[in-house]
Amino acid sequence: MAVNHGSEQSIQKMIFEKKQQKNKRWNVEKIIPFLLLITAAISVLTTVGIVLTLVFETFTFFERVSIIEFFTADKWYPFSATAASYGIMPLIVGTLKIAFIAALVAVPIGLASAIYLSEYASEKARRIIKPLLEILAGVPTIVYGFFALTFVTPLLRDLFPGLEIFNALSPGIVVGIMIIPMIASLSEDAMSSVPRSIREGAYAMGATKFETAIKVILPAALSGIIASVVLALSRAIGETMIVSVAGGSTPSMNMDVTSSIQTMTSYIVQVSTGDAGFGTTIYYSIYAVGMTLFVFTLLMNILAQFISRKFREEY
Amino acid sequence: MDRLINKENVSRRMTGRILLNLIFKVLFLLATMFGLFVLGVLLYRIFTQGIGSLSMDFFTNFASRKPEEAGIKAALTGTIWLMGVVTPVTLILGVGTSLYLEEYAPKNKMTTFIQINISNLAGVPSIVFGLLGLTIFVRAFAMGQSVLAAGLTMSLLILPVIIVAGQEAIRGVPKDLRAASYAMGATKWQTIVRVVLPAAIPGIITGAILALSRAIGETAPLVVVGIPMFIAFLPKTIFDTFTVLPMQIYNWTSRPQEEFQAVAAAGIIVLMVLLISMNSVAVLIRNKFQKRY
Repeated sequence: MAVNHGSEQSIQKMIFEKKQQKNKRWNVEKIIPFLLLITAAISVLTTVGIVLTLVFETFTFFERVSIIEFFTADKWYPFSATAASYGIMPLIVGTLKIAFIAALVAVPIGLASAIYLSEYASEKARRIIKPLLEILAGVPTIVYGFFALTFVTPLLRDLFPGLEIFNALSPGIVVGIMIIPMIASLSEDAMSSVPRSIREGAYAMGATKFETAIKVILPAALSGIIASVVLALSRAIGETMIVSVAGGSTPSMNMDVTSSIQTMTSYIVQVSTGDAGFGTTIYYSIYAVGMTLFVFTLLMNILAQFISRKFREEY
Repeated sequence: MDRLINKENVSRRMTGRILLNLIFKVLFLLATMFGLFVLGVLLYRIFTQGIGSLSMDFFTNFASRKPEEAGIKAALTGTIWLMGVVTPVTLILGVGTSLYLEEYAPKNKMTTFIQINISNLAGVPSIVFGLLGLTIFVRAFAMGQSVLAAGLTMSLLILPVIIVAGQEAIRGVPKDLRAASYAMGATKWQTIVRVVLPAAIPGIITGAILALSRAIGETAPLVVVGIPMFIAFLPKTIFDTFTVLPMQIYNWTSRPQEEFQAVAAAGIIVLMVLLISMNSVAVLIRNKFQKRY
């Protein structure tokens, strides 16, 4: 009997322990989702942080400089002691010059690469070329900046003797090279996802690969292609180190690409590496410029998402 | 003879079209090669420019005003310190967020909002993250130009990359595995820790390495945060100031003396070797361990 009694006790004990364990487990099950939700919230908080930071500091800036001057004045002379002028147009013009030159380089080359990879290349060639292009996308921007200043600029100066050491052309071209893999890769994805049957339909009608690519695949994948170009240009607009190293620091309104320029990003770098103290108008101006840059790139990203969602051809 | 298909006519027309196809095939191939050609020129130029300055002293010397004495001791150590902060922070936040979104999040507007927010965050220029870091970490939290402030800024910058990679890896684990685990009486969290995560880990690690290599090469946010470019001591804690390789390279590149270009190129060689070996490891892991279900 004594033995029986003991085992009864231990079974009771076991049930009790099991219950406790289960309780503990249930607690873990309840706490974990909550903890994970907090980590997910950090990414939202980051966006909130960016927006609030930019908005607050930009407001402080607009208390000192009128918002009308900021958008309409055509001179950006923040460092002038006597006649400081804060008109962001020259910085926007500089930024757009870079984006335009980059697009001239990257759109034809990126698209041609995408067509080659998607329509002509064998599976094996694609598996070798794509990772190599990804290396091009992974090169740090400061390395591109060094390359622009010490290789592309001297090369261009041999071709065009009038080119200044700091100019828009050289960083523009190099930014273009930087975004080639982005356009190539995203456009290739869009073209590859056009169903095989459509491609074979064109071949069956006697179309060559080129005709199929241009007249059938390109229109079918157009939304993805345009989205990739918009995304790449938004990257070009936000690019900082290449233009800081090779573009110079002269804000200007003219359309000349052979002379020194300043972009929104390179202005922020110039102030950050300079000795403008905390609390000065110049200090707050980098937030106003950063805000403008943020709005530019955000609108372009939203546009890209809108295009790829709205105009996607469904098969 | 009136034949339906005039062979001569067809072949005359076809030669033109086939020729056009051939010409464009070559053009498209050349365009593809252009990117690879530039990559080759870039690597070759930097290698020939920098190899002369690469010596043991280059690794053990601090930055110097004399190009022949300049080294990357502080910058290389600083990069390692930075990774010491960025790696745990991004892994915890990144994997946590992707687990939440894939395993727990209800399908509602809130979840869609978080998802859209992450993809938009990935498109924010890195320099804007610098402004965030400067205002929040450096000033509001009074961290100064420390390893911690820079590390947190960088972590937020690469967070979207690692979240997306984590989500893809977790999504790739088949439903059957989960169902089998539940059938054995495992709870949700047990299933995640013992079944889902082990199966998803190669994908997560690959994504994490690629994200970290982005953080190693970034310069712009650190410039804005105010990390110094010229420093002759090593950080002792994460609250000390420091510098990193890209900053050091930027400093050398922007000097007018020709000699510093060679030093900058040598720094770039070290940076590129670091990045390419990290990327190779990532590709290796992806190819070796990623199971297809």
